This record gives sequence, structure tokens and C-alpha cells, in this order.
Amino acid sequence: MPTPTELGLPAAPAFANRVDDDVAVGLYRSMLRMRRFEKRAYDLFLQNLVKGTSHLSLGQEAIAAAFGEAMRDDDWTFATYRGHAHTLARGVAMAPVMAELLGRSTGLLSGKGGSMHLTSAEHHMMGSYAIVGAHLTVANGAAWSAQLRGTGQVAVCFFGDGTTNIGAFHEALNLAATWRLPVVFVCENNLWMEYTPIGSVTAVPRPAADRAGGYGLDPVLVDGNDVLAMYDAACRALARARSGAGPTLVEAVTYRHGGHSRADPAKYREDTEVRPWIARDPVDLYRAHLAGDGVSESALKEVDDEVAGELDAATEAAKAAPAPDLGLVERDVWADGGASWRN
Amino acid sequence: MAQLTYRDAVARGIAQELERDERVVFLGEDVGSAGGVFKSTTGLFDRFGPRRVRDTPISEQAILGAAMGAAMTGMRPIAEIMFSDFLAVCWDIVANEIAKTRYMSGGQLTLPLVIRTANGGGLRFGAQHSQAVENWAMAVPGLKVVAPSTPRDVVGLLAAAVRDPDPVVFFEAKGLYPVKGEVPDGEIVDTLGTAEIRRQGGDCTIVALAAMVPRAIEAAGTLAGLGIEATVIDVRSLVPLDTRTILASTAATGRLFTVEENPRLCGWGAEVASIAAEEVWSELTGPIVRITTPHVPLPSADALEDHARPSAALIAETVRKSLGGARA
Repeated sequence: MPTPTELGLPAAPAFANRVDDDVAVGLYRSMLRMRRFEKRAYDLFLQNLVKGTSHLSLGQEAIAAAFGEAMRDDDWTFATYRGHAHTLARGVAMAPVMAELLGRSTGLLSGKGGSMHLTSAEHHMMGSYAIVGAHLTVANGAAWSAQLRGTGQVAVCFFGDGTTNIGAFHEALNLAATWRLPVVFVCENNLWMEYTPIGSVTAVPRPAADRAGGYGLDPVLVDGNDVLAMYDAACRALARARSGAGPTLVEAVTYRHGGHSRADPAKYREDTEVRPWIARDPVDLYRAHLAGDGVSESALKEVDDEVAGELDAATEAAKAAPAPDLGLVERDVWADGGASWRN
Repeated sequence: MAQLTYRDAVARGIAQELERDERVVFLGEDVGSAGGVFKSTTGLFDRFGPRRVRDTPISEQAILGAAMGAAMTGMRPIAEIMFSDFLAVCWDIVANEIAKTRYMSGGQLTLPLVIRTANGGGLRFGAQHSQAVENWAMAVPGLKVVAPSTPRDVVGLLAAAVRDPDPVVFFEAKGLYPVKGEVPDGEIVDTLGTAEIRRQGGDCTIVALAAMVPRAIEAAGTLAGLGIEATVIDVRSLVPLDTRTILASTAATGRLFTVEENPRLCGWGAEVASIAAEEVWSELTGPIVRITTPHVPLPSADALEDHARPSAALIAETVRKSLGGARA
């Protein structure tokens, strides 16, 4: 496995891009919400309060936060089963997301989707999709709709490095480029395709960036742990899409701190590989950067406390909420709210 | 009233909806300037332009994904999958994405879209371009499934499918494309989930779908010559399923036959038979009989393909023997 240095990344994120103060703090708040939320979610797994599986973005928060901050309110998000961060990034409250993970009636999806299918249409978070690659094609459809109606909206689609080897990825890239769709594809390259190094199963070293040329697109490679670099890349890609120039394929190089899913302790990774990435932590280093850049400790502490407060309240509310009404099993197959298939 | 082929009715049906609603768009392989490989969409590109009638690459997943994303953001797409066999190429988008997203999202997302596809045999295309796969779609919760047998129903049921708020898979019987029928002038809008009684008779009920409907009607004519009067029901819509019409007729005649082009196992007739057995058992005077394509991939040679698909002669003979047996 290449080290960050071998991948051309600095030992610590550069944080070289300048942004407005409110954006700077907003990015921190957004990342911290993801980080704290997912750590709590993991604790709740260990207590067996969260059933089923779950895929955490710990270590990858800068990507979701940067796009969440850069996107217009009516731009659409399409995420994968690793979608907690992308849901929170659109401003969805922690409480319904936590309740969904716990399978409670107050869940974001009333308990019908769970961790892998988080969706909040009112926030234009158009779903978390758990079949690798499929949602790239769906994001195209939303972008096509924006193009047809002239709304200026952009669809942003996040996926992992493993997705670059499935057919739907290539179908979607070709169609998006051919139709010049206002869509941004964001590959979160965390170097591991589930339990396998992406480099060992991919014909090119940069799984997304090296494929861009095949669709007439420029390669865009970003330090995915540098939230300011990501924010800059997001703004450029969104502006390009809105201008009518077509899609962008962004490869954000990052690393997941934990395993692929709840079931995976990630023992296949050597400590020597993991350590430099933990040292590149996108949240802690960014907080230190803000402090060094003149944001007061009290202002940062205020964000910390605010996030902790939201998280504790969300956790307690989810624990206290009842299980969903069993009648929901046969609700909402159809738009009339029901599940009937005969008269 | 015009005489239209089933093929021309497809173009008329799509045009009716494109004309009516700006949100309706149509996409697929060769559907635009080429007018479709079956010439069933001729003229739409010239009339509505490339913005609304869109040619795509050979990318079935991208086609249906585009339809899905457009549908969930306010459009009413009609997507063509050239041959229903190709649904296997994009079955993830159909069965995992389109069918489940409304339910998984707790009802937040709505997917008003239509997947049109040319289904079934009769053109000697062999096993990868001739399957009848309506039962695949019927097996997936979250999909409505429609299969018209007449040019009039092509227009009316397509309109109903486009206007329906849920995803509809619309199976066109490719063997019927050249068949003519009367189509009334003006707007035609049908209702999903309604079967049509094509012929009334007191001795038995024959339930058929799409390309099997004209064969069932022909068989009923043969049977009438033998003194057996059959009711023929055109199912038209598998989901929702008009069990009321089927069960009422079955209860009245006491005998139920299904005629299915799909291969034997888990064909739609099995579901109909099970419902009838549960709900009108006491009215039945003999066994429920399914007439299907055998459980084989469809062969290519005309003699073999004709032998494999249920013919009017096979239907008539099966019914005659079965009723004779019941009366003996």
C-alpha cells in the first residue's frame, strides 16, 4: 500500500486555500457533527442498540463537509451505503438519523431503510444506495431533469474507489459527458475496496482520475483530508456544471480510519500503514489550523459544545423512541401509500 | 376511428402523452432519428425534437438510471429497453433501485416512470431476443406490470402508465406489432388493473395476456364449433391484478384455464391459479389448467418456436380434452 507521501500528498493537509470566516467555521462544524455522530453510532453498535450493518466515514469527513458547504440548497446529493456523513452534510438533524440507525419510529425513514438507505428529500438528499455503481446513473437522471427544466441545479454523486471497476460507473460517465449533464462525480478513494487494496484490482494507479480521459474529462485529484482543498474543488466542479460545461470527475484521496463495515476490524492493514493516515486526521488538524489562523478557542469550543449537545439529545431521543408501528410493513410500496396489488 | 397497427399505436400513445405534458420525455437506443428498431416510434423525433425524444448509447443501466433520476426530480420519463431480454442487463436498476426506492425512503421519493419493452416470441430471433419475461417483473414488489393485446389498449394503457405515479413496466408483444385494430379518435386513457372480457361463454374461463389473447379468442371460436362456449379474459395488467373479474367469471363457469407465453415455472398463471384455488374452490367443477411455453429457452427455427409457444390449436385441444374429462 503506498504511503501518503508516495501518493504525492503532504504529511499533513496543506490548508492553503482561503475561504470566508463563516465558511471556515461551518466546515469545522460540519466535520465535527459527522465525526462525533459516527463515533457515537459505533458505541451504540457495541451496545447492540444498532442492528444490521453500518459503514462509517471516520477519516473521510472533509469530502462530505466540503461539498455540503459548497452546494446550493437545491442541489442534489446521491450517496452510497456509507452515507451518514453525506446526510448530515445537507443539514439533516442528527435525531432522525440516529433514530433510523436504532430502528425507531422517529427514524428518518420510519425504520424502513436503515443505515444504508438514508434519504431526506426535503434536504435534496436523494438517497443512499447500497448496490455499488447504480446511483451514478440515477444522479445523471436528476442532472438531466435540471438541464431540461433549466433550473441550474447540480447533482453530486459520491462513491468509493471500488465503484470505478463496475460497469454502471462507465455507462454513467459516458452518458454524462455526452449529454454535458450538470453532475459532479466524487470518488472517495480510501485505498481499500472493502478488504482488498484498490491498486491490486485496478488497471491504473488512480482509479478515478486515470479514467477521466476516457470520457473526455480532465483528471481532478485532490487531497481528500484537506477540507479547504476539497471546498475549492467542489466550488469549481459545481460552477462548471452550472455553466453548462458538463460533468466533473473528482478523485479525493483519503483513508477510512476503521474497517469497511461494522463486521470488519480491518486486521488486514498494518499499523505502519494506518499510522500516517491517523496523523493526517482531517478534523483535528483542521481545528488546529483554524486556531492558528485566528479563530478563537472560545469560538471553537462553542462549536464543540453545540455539536455535543445535539448528539446527546439525539441519542437520548432515539433510545427513548418506540419501535415503528408494524402497519408500516405494508405501507408506501405505492404512491397511494399502500401495498395492494389486486382488487 | 382509425385502423392502426399495434406498432403505430405505440407512437400514437407516446405522442399523446408528449403532447399533453411537458414533463414527459422519451429515451432509448435508436428511438429518435431512426424511429426505433421496430419502427414503433417513427415520427416522434421530428415532431418533438431531440430535447424530448432522446437517443442513448447502448447503456441499459444508464438509460433506466436516467429515467429514475429524472422521475424523482419531477419529470415523467418513458424509457425504452429494446428487447425485454435486455432487462437482465439492467435488472439492478429495475429491481433494486426503481422498485425499492419509494419503500426504502419511507415514501419520500416518488418514481412516475414507464419502462417500455418489446417482449415475447414470434419473430424467430432465438432465445436472447424472444423471451416472455412479464413474470420476472411481476415477482418484484414495487413494479406495476402491463401488457396490452390490442392497438387501442396500447394507447390507453400507455397513457394510464405514464400518468400513474408509480413505476410501470410496459410489455409490448413484439409478435403483435404488425397486427391492425380499431383505435378511436381523440384522447384514450385507460385504467391500470382492469381486465377486459373479450368473449362471453358459460362453459369455461380462459385467461390470457398480450400475444396469447388473440390465440385464446381464436381457440374459443374453434371450441364454439364443438359446442363449448368459453369466456376469454384479457388480463392486460398483472400488477395491479383484476382478480375480481377473473374470479367472478371462474365462479360462473366452474373451469379456469390460463394461457401464458412465459416459461412454465412461476409464470403469472400460477399466481392466478393459486388465488382461484383459494377463493373460488367450491365453485370449481374441474382442475385449473395452465397452458404455457414449456420450461425451456425459446428456440429459433420457425417450426420449433411455433411448437414451443401456446398456439390456438393447443389451447382449443387442451380445453376440449379437459372439459371432456370433467364431464365423462
